[in-house]
Amino acid sequence: MSAAYALFSDPESAQAAVDRLRAAGVADREITVISSEPFEAHEFGSRDKATWMFRIAGAGGAVGLAFAYWLTRMTEQAWPLPTGGMPIVATWPNLIIMFELTMLFAVLSTVGTLLVTARIPRRRPALYDPAVSDGRILVGLENPTMPLDALERAFAARPGQVKTLP
Amino acid sequence: MSEADRRITDDLLRPLLSTSARFWVLVVFLGAIVATGLGTWVYQIYHGFGMTGIRWPIFWAFYVTNFVFWIGISHAGTLISAILRLVNARWRRPVTRCAEAITVFALMIGAMFPIIHLGRPWLFFWLVPYPNQRGIWPNFRSPLVWDFFAITAYLTGSVLFLFLPMIPDLALVRDRTTGWRHRCYGVFALGWRGTTTQWNRLEAAMEIMAIAILPVAVSVHTIVSFDFSMAPVPMWHSTIFGPYFVAGAIFSGIAALIIAMAFLRTFLHLEEYLHPVHFQNLGKLLLMMSLLWAYFVFAERLTVWYGNEPSEMAVFRVTQRGAFAPLYWTMVVCNFVIPFPILALKKTRTIAGCVVASACVLVGMWLERFLIIVPSLGHKYLPYSWGVYRPRPVEIIITISTFAAMSLLYVLFAKLVPIISVWELKVGSHPAHRPQTVEERDSEQALFVARTES
Repeated sequence: MSAAYALFSDPESAQAAVDRLRAAGVADREITVISSEPFEAHEFGSRDKATWMFRIAGAGGAVGLAFAYWLTRMTEQAWPLPTGGMPIVATWPNLIIMFELTMLFAVLSTVGTLLVTARIPRRRPALYDPAVSDGRILVGLENPTMPLDALERAFAARPGQVKTLP
Repeated sequence: MSEADRRITDDLLRPLLSTSARFWVLVVFLGAIVATGLGTWVYQIYHGFGMTGIRWPIFWAFYVTNFVFWIGISHAGTLISAILRLVNARWRRPVTRCAEAITVFALMIGAMFPIIHLGRPWLFFWLVPYPNQRGIWPNFRSPLVWDFFAITAYLTGSVLFLFLPMIPDLALVRDRTTGWRHRCYGVFALGWRGTTTQWNRLEAAMEIMAIAILPVAVSVHTIVSFDFSMAPVPMWHSTIFGPYFVAGAIFSGIAALIIAMAFLRTFLHLEEYLHPVHFQNLGKLLLMMSLLWAYFVFAERLTVWYGNEPSEMAVFRVTQRGAFAPLYWTMVVCNFVIPFPILALKKTRTIAGCVVASACVLVGMWLERFLIIVPSLGHKYLPYSWGVYRPRPVEIIITISTFAAMSLLYVLFAKLVPIISVWELKVGSHPAHRPQTVEERDSEQALFVARTES
């Protein structure tokens, strides 16, 4: 992976760099912004916000509910043991198992969606600079097609300020 | 990085990067108590359950008291954290992780007690719902199986609820460390970079988790209460038990959180982050729960007294003015008489006042769990099944060691992970960034175009 990036000390400068990259013809999906905290108040922090996570969590819950319904019903019928005057398939107690498994599956599908869409855990090297953890904001391009001087102009950076990864 | 952000990072990572002699003394002290508890458990396993004071008809005593107590303590964290996240309370930021950690460790300790309570604990996997060789499954109509599902769902959800917002902080520590620490934190940071997509997904996931974990938290203690209320035992078979247990759990959980925060504030020098206002706000919640607890106790006692059912009145009398009366009135004093004035008056709702009230509540709530279990089991419907219970040293030592285990786990956690969420605190410390207006952005863009043309 090759990359070119610049580090900015405040979100306003990072936002300006993102805007200049766009003005220079770079598509939104090619611009990577990395920060040590979310900047929701800035436009770059709101990019790529749309997610199916809520629906997937709901679908996961539905799967959990269906699984719990099958599990309780199947096991009670597999060995029909009369207990405490209850029917063999006892809906009231089964509702408890159904509720817990619905919520468990919803939680697990949420976390699964997070891991897949946020692409973590990640073992392959990716665009990153440890200076981000010092509060700098990284704006960069992976596999850039623009020449370096054009990038420096876009980043409004001094020569040498734009870093590149081989 | 601004000076404020740098100070936050340095202050909160300091306990991770430097270790004082005091830390090791504390770990050795708590570790010794835990080791004694483990040794005592091995002794109990070797010599059998006869070493305990558990005798017919009282088969649930200290161990089930501890189970209910610790599951109750676990309610503080995730429940409080989830509510404060959902209502976006700004003061929550230094509190949430302290609280969530309590949930996870208290649940782990609470879930140990059904196993300690087994005569043959090496067969604990029989609790897991899977079919045996004859194809028989555990009976899903049994409340004990409900416990397994509820605790598993809550523990899984709570661990994830704690871990997910920790990932960015683990990445921060990864970048600040070298050698084996760098590698270890790197593994747990899961390759977190902090891209816009990652932040947005993390926040969406936390929102969903907060919504999902709230009903699970309520269900867990309701189901623990069903262990009692499904049984035909005097004063157990009651519809009030679900909400009564949930209220008690939140009550004791908040008390545990206040004590943990006071401990962290003093020993990790987090005075700048855990302010008196955090304690005052939690103190108000504790006051409300104290009143709610008193309401539930009154409602329960009045109903039993008015009903005048002989077997229930036997339990009522033995707790109000019989052998259990000293414990009962200590409970009332600890849960209401002491905390109420301390927390009601602004002058006494200080950090020290909140800690005193919380310590009383913890004692009172442990006694409440004990008084729910033992007097009822000792006074069942037929007098031939009445009995007494006296705890033996084995049970007392194991009980004390679980408090040490909770403290030890918490101390080690605070040593390995920033106990206050660094990134959330940074977000909270910034003046609110107003979204740029379209006009502002357009004018900036026009300026940029003009510059490039010139």
